Amino acid sequence: MDNFAQVVVDGLMNGAIYGLVAAGLSLIWGVMDVINFAHGEFLMAAMYACYWLGSLAGIDPTVSWIATGAFLFLLSAVAYKAVVRRCIGKAAMAPLLATFGLSIFLKNFCLNRFTPNFRLLNNTALSGKTVNIFGAIAPVPQLVTALFSLVVIAALYYLIKKTRTGWAIQATAMDAEAAELMGIDTERVFTLVFGLGGMCVGIAGGFMTGYLAVFPEVGTLFSLIAFVVVALGGFGSIPGALCAALLIGLVESFAGFYIAPVVKYVAVFALYLAVIMVRPKGLFGW
Amino acid sequence: MSGALLQISDISCYYGAMRAVEGVSIDVAEGEIVAIIGANGSGKSTVMKSVAGLVRPRNGGIKFGGEEITGTPANKIIYKGISYVPEGRRLFANLSVRENLELGAFREKDRRVIDERIEQAFALFPVLRERADQTAQTMSGGEQQMCAIARGLMSGPKLLMLDELSLGLMPSLVEKVLESVVEINKNGVTILLVEQMVQEALEIAARGYVIQVGRVVRQGTSEELLASDEVRRAYMGM
Repeated sequence: MDNFAQVVVDGLMNGAIYGLVAAGLSLIWGVMDVINFAHGEFLMAAMYACYWLGSLAGIDPTVSWIATGAFLFLLSAVAYKAVVRRCIGKAAMAPLLATFGLSIFLKNFCLNRFTPNFRLLNNTALSGKTVNIFGAIAPVPQLVTALFSLVVIAALYYLIKKTRTGWAIQATAMDAEAAELMGIDTERVFTLVFGLGGMCVGIAGGFMTGYLAVFPEVGTLFSLIAFVVVALGGFGSIPGALCAALLIGLVESFAGFYIAPVVKYVAVFALYLAVIMVRPKGLFGW
Repeated sequence: MSGALLQISDISCYYGAMRAVEGVSIDVAEGEIVAIIGANGSGKSTVMKSVAGLVRPRNGGIKFGGEEITGTPANKIIYKGISYVPEGRRLFANLSVRENLELGAFREKDRRVIDERIEQAFALFPVLRERADQTAQTMSGGEQQMCAIARGLMSGPKLLMLDELSLGLMPSLVEKVLESVVEINKNGVTILLVEQMVQEALEIAARGYVIQVGRVVRQGTSEELLASDEVRRAYMGM
């Protein structure tokens, strides 16, 4: 029974983090029809930023997520202005390939500057602490990251559904020309959406650095899972992304524990294949 | 007419190499209802879109309240006091009626003014109050058209441009919607209409312009146009 609780708690904690990473991707896709292939590398950038803040300035991840969130908002907005915007309305693959190029650039930039070595922050404020949840042992850094991910997802959802800015974002997604007629500067909306998408991984990356090692490839797996989550949850749906992310987290931890650790991603991607064959629009897609 | 609220002077518009509008001049005085009529594809909507900032005229100029507005981008036009209700309504389908109306007043920051205008919209179209929390796509065509007009009024415009209101509506509804246009006009909003339903449009308008293949071929008061054999034969099937 303890094993079962442990597997569930592990799965949900990972799932919540996947949810936050995927929410940013989903938002950008939903509003702009752009797949941001650099999303995982944005996560990596946030983790490096957090790592350097921790190791050089002694700022703990429990604080530096604010800085990495803001940093990634800016980085992502600038990436939109400098790269993505120039590709929109050209060939259909152009934004996709441009963000793919951006991801390779960021990865190799970090490889070149920071070496491929794993870097881990030691002695962070929460490290080594655990709490007992129904017999399962949850490391506090992971638990805090997971809970905070849920809070950020909820805040993002609230922003989009309940505020005038959110309505303007939705309006732009539905009919950009009609949104312009309402006096909405859709160019600013796109920049904001890209910034918010980046901010999600900025906050996630900030917290994750409290317990995960940073290296140039760290974003790859997360972005791959985020793509699966977004496709599974239904493109552009944030609640869909959260549910799909929790599901993926659970599948991953169950397969890893009850079958074998090596098959956990086999199970995740097999589930993805199965769902997509039956429901191409994802579990919650319209 | 130098005192006109809206002054379109000799504009020409192109889509790529294709000319859609050539040398069109239209004046709308404050408080008027003016109709632009003509067949499908004659360029009437293009004239309106060039005022709304969706199409940039290659030649000619557009003045509003004496101010040059040619080429002002669409998202700035509404700040000048011009509101454009596009053809096909273009509501935000997955947003509620109330949210659609809120977005119509996007430029307005004062909560009290927004709530007041929403109340005015509900007074003008009571059905919208019942539908306030429904998504726009769940309404009938007529209700959607009312919502689109109401959304267009939310910015408190001086000039309301209505593009093909009658599209897809049954005749009894067209009459009802046009009656509300007259009411809006009585409240001091100048109206420019683009319509294929010539008779109905001219019945509420003071003056009209007939556009054919991108040019104004006739203009005059509604009585003159309704009495003209040419107009009757070409557009009213008489």
